[in-house]
Amino acid sequence: MIPELGHFALALAVAIAFAQGVVGIFGPSLQDPRALVAAPALACSHFLAIAAAFAALVWAGVVSDFTVENIADFSSAAVPLMYRISGVWGNHDGSILLWCLILSLCGLAVALFGGELPASLRARVLGVLGLVSGGFLLFTLTVSDPFTRLWPPPLDGAGMNPILQDPGLAFHPPILYTGYVGFSVAFAFAIAALIEGKVDAAFGRWVRPWALVSWCFLTSGIALGSWWSYYTLGWGGYWFWDPVENASLLPWLTGTALLHCAIVVEKREALKAWTVLLAIATFSLSLTGTFLVRSGILNSVHSFAAAPDQGLFILALLGLTIGGSLLLFAIRAPVLAAAGIYAPISRESALVLNNVFLCAIAAVVFTGTLYPPFANLLFGIQLSVGAPFFNQTVLPLAVPIIITMAFGPLLAWKRADFYPVVQRLYLAGGVAAVVFLAVAANRHIIAALGLAGGAWVVAAGFTDLAQRVKLFHMPLGQSTARFFALPRAAIGAAVGHIGFGITVLGIAGMTLAVQSVVVLQPGQSTRLGGYVWTLTGMHDAPGPNFTQRVADITVADNNGIFLHLHPARRFFAAQKTITNDAAIHTNGFQDLYAVFAAEPAGGGAELRLNDHPMAPEIWLGGLIMAFGGFLSLSDRRLRVGAPARKKAALKKQTDAVAT
Amino acid sequence: MSPLRRRLMFGVPLALAVAGGEGFYILLRRMQTQKYDPHALPSPLIGKRPPAFTLPGAAGMAGFTNTDIAAPPKPMLVNWFASWCIPCAEEAAMLGRLAQQGLDIWGIAYEDDTRNLAQFLATNGNPYRRIAADADGTTAINWGVYGVPETYFIDKTGIVRWRYAGALTDDIVTSTLNPLLAKYA
Repeated sequence: MIPELGHFALALAVAIAFAQGVVGIFGPSLQDPRALVAAPALACSHFLAIAAAFAALVWAGVVSDFTVENIADFSSAAVPLMYRISGVWGNHDGSILLWCLILSLCGLAVALFGGELPASLRARVLGVLGLVSGGFLLFTLTVSDPFTRLWPPPLDGAGMNPILQDPGLAFHPPILYTGYVGFSVAFAFAIAALIEGKVDAAFGRWVRPWALVSWCFLTSGIALGSWWSYYTLGWGGYWFWDPVENASLLPWLTGTALLHCAIVVEKREALKAWTVLLAIATFSLSLTGTFLVRSGILNSVHSFAAAPDQGLFILALLGLTIGGSLLLFAIRAPVLAAAGIYAPISRESALVLNNVFLCAIAAVVFTGTLYPPFANLLFGIQLSVGAPFFNQTVLPLAVPIIITMAFGPLLAWKRADFYPVVQRLYLAGGVAAVVFLAVAANRHIIAALGLAGGAWVVAAGFTDLAQRVKLFHMPLGQSTARFFALPRAAIGAAVGHIGFGITVLGIAGMTLAVQSVVVLQPGQSTRLGGYVWTLTGMHDAPGPNFTQRVADITVADNNGIFLHLHPARRFFAAQKTITNDAAIHTNGFQDLYAVFAAEPAGGGAELRLNDHPMAPEIWLGGLIMAFGGFLSLSDRRLRVGAPARKKAALKKQTDAVAT
Repeated sequence: MSPLRRRLMFGVPLALAVAGGEGFYILLRRMQTQKYDPHALPSPLIGKRPPAFTLPGAAGMAGFTNTDIAAPPKPMLVNWFASWCIPCAEEAAMLGRLAQQGLDIWGIAYEDDTRNLAQFLATNGNPYRRIAADADGTTAINWGVYGVPETYFIDKTGIVRWRYAGALTDDIVTSTLNPLLAKYA
């Protein structure tokens, strides 16, 4: 009964979503105040309907209702409760329902928190969201129905992919999807603004918090996914340039560019068409990333098996959404003209430069990801584009970003002098030089350059904050007071940059990683990274829905044994699958990482041992970036919003604070 | 910039998206008609002879070396498999049918245990003329084996003409293997 109610709620949601779309987009031109109020009300009921459908599916998962095909195929009674819940979105049909749930949540947020917006703009934003949601809900209902019944039901479900039974992966999809889908609001604002033909400073201010919140989620989602692949897959790597990973990186790159250039729209009413295009591109890339990967066109290790007719439906939806919005852009955007001007050396120009580099990286990653299918289409050749291509093309483009991102926040708005800024960065340059020389002394030039770059960005971020509070130029108490009086957006920006620098440190440190694959008999040892790793023995241990074989390893330095590692091989009987549970010890700046790869016929254990300097910084930096974003989001300026008549006064005030 | 050029420039994103969408549409159609397989992996061995190897026999059958397959009397398959591999067990029935039709299939057991291997052949049948054991996986690396099961088509001159990663299915046999057998007969 409950699954039928869920199915009904889903059908209801389709109807409401299309009603929201039509009323929202065309209502404002009717000059009828009722139409303007209807859109937010529809958005609320739209959310309630999808929430009911999603709750029904989760309920079916929790009680293990195997008459629902989706549950029978991807869950089993032996799976722990947490994974019975997370398993609901661990498969194709369920994950699209989660996607729609988050999209409707975005609509709800606009309806609830968009009170400051002009009523017609809010209605149009909700209308665009309603249409997008309606399309994908229709897809769910017709060709990807998660509530399909199965009769007679099997005694037990087929079980869940063991690799997905992990807390990191339980939370990774919702967070990542919130990031992807959140950009739909920025997209809807861009479309609504094109329909209204008005892109002004207020647009920049309205769109930025929405873009920022989804950027924070996307950043955390990518960091979490990368961390999960690092500790679960047991390969010791953190980023594989797989199409699915690239699909999450692309909207992150354009979304980062969007965050930065929305500031220019807000401050200077310039770069309007570009900002609108970035908003469209970011959501389009999110859509393409989420859905095209599922069509099976891209050869990826993460695949949801989807039928080709689903692929065509999705392609049609993408065509309507992306093609329609770009058509509107081609018609309406050419009349958008910049209102403000700025000098070549200014904060605005620095933000433009940031956009150029970020979009260049996005273009390279996009090309590399799509090249294999299109090379087949155009030239009839079969090839794959792997990590070496991406490493060699992305790294050179990242260098100018790393160098220039230190200068940007220190430049003044509108017109700046370059040399005073250079002087203020002497300290950061010194730090970077010391790091470079220290590491290069051990003949690791690439690592030295990377670590110096990371140190440069981190030091510049702290310099920025120190300058703002006039540290050491006035008593410490006054500096502290100034720190708390700083606009949160300024602190958030500095923290975000510092977080990026920390990630750079982590990635650079990982180039110094050493690993070895050895077969050890109990009692034997091997040397790696200055430590002695000894296999002391192996034993069996029970688990909830698996059995495991555990290797006991001790790690010793000159002072003796300081660490016991217990990597395990887990046998999941239901799926006849073995997973490697890596043992990772971290001290915050270095990971010692051991994988129990196999038990060879000759006895003993085949171990993969890794010493990963700075690895934790990769994900720590990502979390700090996201934290910076949330700090910036708590800025009073964004919470207060921008009523049209007070705009000029507010703008003057924020200019004064920010400079 | 003239207004017309500005308009044209703003149409560029649309044009790119339309071209991309058209490309994806064609690719999806080709996937449906099995003319395009994104998972097909190019093998470095296509058009060449397999690199030198000497592997001992397994499960009471004779092993073989690269010279044994350098000039087979008729086209043959070399099938990489393992007793621990689930798709290999599913593929066994198909290989059995092909062997019955008179196709020579030689197996290489990849990183396998002798007892498990005997058990596997007893359960799933033995379509192989010879079975060699690549116990440490070195030969697999030299061949560029992606994973098991994996099948290589070798013509009468000992040259690899086709490689398929994954279990052979009816579709693949009809669409690809049979035409190859006709071509190199």
